[in-house]
Amino acid sequence: MEFVPTPSQTVGPYLHIGLTRKHAKPCIAGPQAKGERVWLECRVLDGDGAPVNDAMVEIWQADSQGKYNHPDDPQSQTADPECRGFGRVASGDDGSCEFETIKPGRVAGPGNTQQAPHLNVAVYARGILLQLYTRIYFAGDPANEQDPVLALVPKERRGTLMAQPDPDRAGGWRFDFRLSGANETVFFDV
Amino acid sequence: MGNLTNERSIVSYHRTPPGSQPSRIHQPYRSTPSRNPNQALIFLPHTLSETTGPVYGHDPIAENDNDLTKQHPGEPQGMRIIVTGRVLDDNGRPVPNTLIEIWQANAAGRYVHQRDQHPAPLDPNFSGAGRTLTDENGVYRFVTVKPGPYPWFNHYNAWRPSHIHFSVFGRAFLSRLITQMYFPDDPLFPYDPIFQSVPDEKARQRMISKFDLELTQPQWALGFRFDIVLRGPEATPFEA
Repeated sequence: MEFVPTPSQTVGPYLHIGLTRKHAKPCIAGPQAKGERVWLECRVLDGDGAPVNDAMVEIWQADSQGKYNHPDDPQSQTADPECRGFGRVASGDDGSCEFETIKPGRVAGPGNTQQAPHLNVAVYARGILLQLYTRIYFAGDPANEQDPVLALVPKERRGTLMAQPDPDRAGGWRFDFRLSGANETVFFDV
Repeated sequence: MGNLTNERSIVSYHRTPPGSQPSRIHQPYRSTPSRNPNQALIFLPHTLSETTGPVYGHDPIAENDNDLTKQHPGEPQGMRIIVTGRVLDDNGRPVPNTLIEIWQANAAGRYVHQRDQHPAPLDPNFSGAGRTLTDENGVYRFVTVKPGPYPWFNHYNAWRPSHIHFSVFGRAFLSRLITQMYFPDDPLFPYDPIFQSVPDEKARQRMISKFDLELTQPQWALGFRFDIVLRGPEATPFEA
């Protein structure tokens, strides 16, 4: 192969200078976007369970109808202009970060399958040389049972991909990224 | 609800050749073991979720966003440089209109960041952040100063080679690349576990910019060329 992709390198501890100081995007879908509003609170934890205070989380998702705001999405309807579909934030001192968005619709999977509503996530940090890809699903959604990607994950590990509803907050969901060790989040070879 | 059988929805992207990307757990880089999974990654066939990505909706680019020497009233200290190149996919096709963001230390090796407190001076005329879009041929261009090497705490007497951080989006969420551009012949390469985390020697060379006398402007700035290759699609159905 003549053109081989450039190697990835870590974002390092000073990623904020270039990526999140002026260009953080905690709002993936504005207040006018259609769909069920979601406030997603995440934590990034290392192999010792300690908060990772210099991570960056990026999310890419479809709109409430399952349409990606991208020219390669073959569906005929136009994407909701109020749903950017992309967000990114840096983690704080306690390893946490928060996004505002809407629950995405279902998106086509391989063959005749439909994927359950999910957020596509990439995690970056000092010590991460190549971004870690994972997905966030919504616990309790009946579509999870038919999701072709969850079906690739051993049953006992699927829970690591489930955001859990926050009992104290309407529309609130929580998700932990456990980068390593006990109950480690499932990451994908994308 | 998606139409499942449309051929565009089943485009896959190339995987990267073995050794061409860093090892995730690279013991000499001490923070890698606790920040990377122990279990094998689960192989994911590509769906629309992976082959689409944020190509719209970036903030507008402001004047001087691509000239880091003009963001303050005075000029920054250091060696003025031009950094330019093309963004291509692994089919050799240009990647147009894609966002590139960079950040770097100043000429003394100091970042404008509260967590960088090593004893080198800040430069009031240098913030160290830039952004631009590639043109229709995938070409980008920045003007900046050469960053200095700086010490870190990974091991005794650890110093990072001079580098500029690059963030590139490309067309798909899976083509997203964050890397570091290095400078030719840096004597710190053999001692840097981040640079050395990439197993293949040829692949490591792809992170090193090339000095280019033709890009160099007399009495003004040295030119360095840095081409970036992103993962690209297997045959695009509409073009096959």
